[in-house]
Amino acid sequence: MAQVIKIKQGLDIKLKGKAGRAVNCIEPEFFALQPTDFVGLTPRLLVKEGDNVKIGTPLFCDKHDECIRFTAPISGTVSEIRRGPKRLLQAVVIQSDKQLETEDFKVGELSKEGITQNLLESGLWPTIRQRPYSIVARPDDSPKAFFVSAFDSSPLAPDMDFLAEHFPDSLQKGLDILNILCNGKLHFCVHAEKTKSEVLLKAKNIILHTFSGPHPSGNVGTQINKICPINKGDIVWHCGLPEVINIGHFFLTGRLDFSRLYATAGTGMLHPHYCKTQLGASIAALVEGNLKDGHQRLISGNVLTGQAVSQNDFIGFYHNMLTAIPEGDQRQELLGWIWPGFKKFSMSRTFPSAFIPNALQPDYELDTNLHGEERAYVMTGEFEKVFPFNIYPLQLIKACLIGDLDLMENLGIYEVEPEDFALCEFIDTSKTDIQQIIHKGLELVRKENEG
Amino acid sequence: MKEKQNNLRQSLRDFFIASEDEQNGGVKERISGLRRYVSKIKPNFVEGGRFAWLQSTFEAFESFLFVPDTTTKQGCQIRDAVDLKRTMITVVIALMPALLFGIWNIGYQHYLALAETVSFWYMIGFGLAKALPVIVVSYVTGLAIEFTFAQIRHHQVNEGFLVTGMLIPMVLPPDIPLWMVAVATAFAVIIGKEAFGGTGMNLVNPALLARAFLFFAYPSVMSGDKVWIADQPDAFTGATPLGILANGGTELPSAWTMVWGGIPGSMGETSVIAIALGATLLLITGIANWRIVLSVFAGGIGIGLVFNAIGATPYMQLPFYYHLIMGGFAFGAIFMATDPVTAPQTNTGKWIYGLLIGIFAVLLRVLNSAYAEGMMLAILLMNCFAPLIDHCVIAKNIRMRQKRAVVTSKASAK
Repeated sequence: MAQVIKIKQGLDIKLKGKAGRAVNCIEPEFFALQPTDFVGLTPRLLVKEGDNVKIGTPLFCDKHDECIRFTAPISGTVSEIRRGPKRLLQAVVIQSDKQLETEDFKVGELSKEGITQNLLESGLWPTIRQRPYSIVARPDDSPKAFFVSAFDSSPLAPDMDFLAEHFPDSLQKGLDILNILCNGKLHFCVHAEKTKSEVLLKAKNIILHTFSGPHPSGNVGTQINKICPINKGDIVWHCGLPEVINIGHFFLTGRLDFSRLYATAGTGMLHPHYCKTQLGASIAALVEGNLKDGHQRLISGNVLTGQAVSQNDFIGFYHNMLTAIPEGDQRQELLGWIWPGFKKFSMSRTFPSAFIPNALQPDYELDTNLHGEERAYVMTGEFEKVFPFNIYPLQLIKACLIGDLDLMENLGIYEVEPEDFALCEFIDTSKTDIQQIIHKGLELVRKENEG
Repeated sequence: MKEKQNNLRQSLRDFFIASEDEQNGGVKERISGLRRYVSKIKPNFVEGGRFAWLQSTFEAFESFLFVPDTTTKQGCQIRDAVDLKRTMITVVIALMPALLFGIWNIGYQHYLALAETVSFWYMIGFGLAKALPVIVVSYVTGLAIEFTFAQIRHHQVNEGFLVTGMLIPMVLPPDIPLWMVAVATAFAVIIGKEAFGGTGMNLVNPALLARAFLFFAYPSVMSGDKVWIADQPDAFTGATPLGILANGGTELPSAWTMVWGGIPGSMGETSVIAIALGATLLLITGIANWRIVLSVFAGGIGIGLVFNAIGATPYMQLPFYYHLIMGGFAFGAIFMATDPVTAPQTNTGKWIYGLLIGIFAVLLRVLNSAYAEGMMLAILLMNCFAPLIDHCVIAKNIRMRQKRAVVTSKASAK
């Protein structure tokens, strides 16, 4: 086995409500594909309300590169084109006919070009994203490396072992395909203790890397930084494990299938478990009969990087889970800054919880309270404890705030994504929206570089 | 009688902690009487209310009483329990041992100079009479300015002054005229902090700036042998150890006396033991950076040993550890040098900064008798150099990145 890459800086936030290994197959009525899930995408709508679609029918494409298509994850009729302010296309909603009819695709020869063509036509291509910027990969680029993270270290994350054992053949096929696509530079990262599945550990046609340590060791950004850091002009592609399985299934059977195993987790759920359905299922269907009373926050994705959603919305394209946690808007604690706070979770040693070793930490029930108000940056040296990059986090954040492009580049903006700063945002004493700041910085750099 | 007592207890509980159930949109809520009252008067303080010009002040007090019910909007949906209030309050708590000792010591030194024997509480009482007005003036002046600036800028009030307001009295002599405290505080807050943009933006430590302002503007009340003991009789010389040394003397109090702190000096600086108690809290909670603390002491010890080796003057022959327990060295190292805003932000930078503070503090004491207390000037000097240190440390990181880019582009060209 190759050398274990130890991640020392980080934090495992242990939350109550981890999904148990029960799978519930559901057939939601509504599905949607949301152009807003794709960074920097200008969509061009290809269907209208009332159109019949099959799995694989293009719903919209990238206006700047029309061969990148986004296709229906389910068969049925387009029931709603949802638009936001300034007629921004928010979602193409499909009412399922529960038939799972697919468009016919012919899987061609397994060359780099053939695979690219197949992925583009089927709508599987957008599952591959590029770093920097986290935009959908551009088919003409040749990436320096391709990364697949085989474990998710974020709080309450779905168990990737469980997923892999559900679809072992599809997974291996998917890896074979991606390996051809990137000319054998497919890096596959597992966790030294958490990854137990033989399917993952014995995967072939990959370069295996073993990581250890707390979150964000499972973030692809951390892994890229440790194995082949991105310099200016470099491009690295990455893809999640569920997406690899979708790709593998397509090339294995010739049938397009956007089946997903979503974890529904968190203390807001009555019975945290897995839901088997298709990509883009409606939130209402995922939480049906499983939500506790009271004011709950529903999150598409994990608690650190996910998006707050309502029951009317749909699960995000790149999200593998739905989290429900209590809203923290009820409680107004008297003189909260002075009490010892035995039940509170903090990285700061002003709270007792910070002294408990990680292995002995109990599971916490955290809500969405901000626990303070936004302030100027005062504390220093905090972010470095949860940020395993050789980058100065506070300085990069400040460079993004003032929009200094040269400084951002010099400090390593190409190597990071908002999700890499999620833990910094979590522990921030000054309660600033760091992921948003980094996102804005990255968008500024992207627009500058693309002219 | 008993019933009356119970009633009183019940109503007090209702007001502060417990509560009655109330229907609010179908949700049962527990609301205390205090919360209800604050909510009732709140409309007067928002935009368009009668006291809208006090909005920042009201918000500061409200969030002081109650943790706000604000929730996350985007990005991270959960947040760490810590906030700046808790951080700052922890520092204030850490200052308490030194403050309480200082209050007692004011009384102790006074009655020692008068050669009178009085009880412990007499000394405390005398000390309080001297210290409290200074503390009140410092807080009132500083907070008034902070609240005004917050209101003008439509900002929320930052908690930074909670610490500064306590530090200022602790680095001043006990007999300082109150108007000077007010002037120095105003100068430190306006010129030292608000001119740079407020909390988090200041270049130098505001509390030290206040002391430096008085030191240069009114040297007669800030230096010499006559200022460190309150209401000192003329016949008595109450020189601090540093004062003695600066005047070429060598008759120092014993090392043990300087450690426990029964010597003349600023209110907070004399007892190394009391400071060590505060330091323990700050280092355990991680609010003071251990790198800075360690490196300041290492710097002081290092240069002290060098002077011992040279030994050209009596001051140089002074055992090196004396420097750590005399004057404001320990107080400055724990509470001033560790201020995260004015120290370098990088960990490497913190080592360099701390070492240089320790070195400069002792260097100034030994080689420049015009300024008896080197610590204040050393920290202020290094505050000014902190951005430069950071710049150099970060430049190294940038060079590494640029070099890596060149190497990989060459490799891919081949």
